[in-house]
Amino acid sequence: MADMKKSMSKTSKNNYITYAMVIAIFIVVQALSATGNLSRLLTGLLVPLCVYTIAAVSLNLVVGFSGELSLGHAGFMCVGAYSSALFSSVFADTLPSVPRLILAILIGAAVAAVFGILIGIPVLRLRGDYLAIVTLAFGEIIKNLINVLYVGVDENGLHVAVSSAGLNLAAGGKQIMKGALGISGTATLYKDIKDYFFLIGVILILITLFIVQNLVNSRSGRAITSTRDNRIAAESVGISVTKYKLMAFTISAALAGVAGVLYAHNLSMLKVSTFDYNLSILVLVYVVLGGIGNLRGSIIATIILYALPELLRGFSTYRMLIYAVVLIAMMLFNWAPAARNFRSRILERLRGNRKKKEAA
Amino acid sequence: MAMLEVNNLSIQFGGLRAVDGFQVSIEKGRLYGLIGPNGAGKTTVFNLLTGVYKPTEGVIRLDGEDITGKSTIEINRAGIARTFQNIRLFGAMSVLDNVKAGLHNDHKYSTLAGILRLPSYFKAEKEMNEKAMELLRVFGLDGEAEYLASNLPYGKQRKLEIARAMATNPKLLLLDEPAAGMNPNETAELMKTIHFVRDNFDMTILLIEHDMKLVSGICEELTVLNFGQVLCQGKTAEVLSNPQVITAYLGE
Repeated sequence: MADMKKSMSKTSKNNYITYAMVIAIFIVVQALSATGNLSRLLTGLLVPLCVYTIAAVSLNLVVGFSGELSLGHAGFMCVGAYSSALFSSVFADTLPSVPRLILAILIGAAVAAVFGILIGIPVLRLRGDYLAIVTLAFGEIIKNLINVLYVGVDENGLHVAVSSAGLNLAAGGKQIMKGALGISGTATLYKDIKDYFFLIGVILILITLFIVQNLVNSRSGRAITSTRDNRIAAESVGISVTKYKLMAFTISAALAGVAGVLYAHNLSMLKVSTFDYNLSILVLVYVVLGGIGNLRGSIIATIILYALPELLRGFSTYRMLIYAVVLIAMMLFNWAPAARNFRSRILERLRGNRKKKEAA
Repeated sequence: MAMLEVNNLSIQFGGLRAVDGFQVSIEKGRLYGLIGPNGAGKTTVFNLLTGVYKPTEGVIRLDGEDITGKSTIEINRAGIARTFQNIRLFGAMSVLDNVKAGLHNDHKYSTLAGILRLPSYFKAEKEMNEKAMELLRVFGLDGEAEYLASNLPYGKQRKLEIARAMATNPKLLLLDEPAAGMNPNETAELMKTIHFVRDNFDMTILLIEHDMKLVSGICEELTVLNFGQVLCQGKTAEVLSNPQVITAYLGE
């Protein structure tokens, strides 16, 4: 009985450490910016950093916990970004900015979730490399579809076409989505709350963490992890592999959609070319280097790897070289058996010292 | 009525009839053994019983209910649980979570309740923890509840697999070579455990085994399978002294 309580409190303690870490980072950044120690360049990176953190944590749910390699994460971010930006533009004059943003986030998440289900049903029949290839293709298809889409609004309602002329807007109508030019001016719609976007981003990170951590440590989360560890055994104890793989995929897609919403609303210019497979790979790099199935690791890796290229601008030509070295070092630190042993020894010694102190 | 009633069970893989006209009738609470040379089709019978393969012919009845051709999940819910010849645990999950995964359909609460930590989550998790620890205690694994399943020694992994199967609250337990790879001490302990499970949970158990000491020690009835067909069936002592069985499997 005592053991059980210990294990339960251990996981919840772990969860709280992650929340506390995010909040602590937020406070430090706020303090730095209040005292004027944060350059304009770095300030501009804060919201994108939140975007990538949410994307990495949500991708970890699929890659780390359901054990499927998905390379289409950017596609879900794209869907969330465009659907929410479209909503924000259409209701720019009818709703005040705060409820509009909240609705935009919910819509972005919902649309991305629907796409998650639609893509997940056929894709999750595949395994391993095949699943990775198909999700990669899906991301590209979404990107190319949105690239040719034109959407406008006039008094007759919403018009959708594949060319600017095809919209047939009435006089006074407004073009919102302009194909490859994307959606412009979303950020200006939120001028009044622009300063709070970092705070909003951090809150969204905390909500994402809350959802993923609590899910993983629940009945459904156990089912998801069991399908990763052994499909056949999972079915033999009555766990539906398809159902739980799809659940993880859909929730992950919805959260990627949220990341997309934040991204879209922070920019004056939303272009589909951002959401190419490089973005999916980038987020996957954060997940893998942070430790598969390790949410806190995902956050730390995202911060280090996202801030690094910017901080290294002073080194100009050597920038990418140093970046690559850091990537390799992190990979070794996280995955090499010798490094893992070393880390666990250090941890044990620290714990041992604490116990000795307590005993003394 | 028998707990498990199988009639004329057959499966054809291309030109090979891996199991041909298999039949068995196991009474409730019986410890039943399935033996035979390698490649005789024993594991295939298990895979047919648990819905991994769909039979070409035949009928499977569990406690009177026709479960022929149902999916693995439906069959587990109907009341058959199994272990595997090559251990299949959830290696990266804790020992406790392995058993709790087995309790998946026993204590339900919605995914939303799990995320939002509603009262139903705490209630169900508490019950699951208690039940899982109880099972782990039966198998002597309560001390290792927090270990990763893959870090357990071999013999304990076998036991954990049985504990996980028992967590699904089955009517019939299928054990596929539970003593494979165990030393004599571990096997002796395993025999005690299997006996205990049968007596304590009033369980019907069908097991595949090559270890004749275990088979003759605990099985009350036997079926011998050879080339996919039933060679001999009956009380353990009679079967093991049958000349046909001796030629085909045991050796002079």
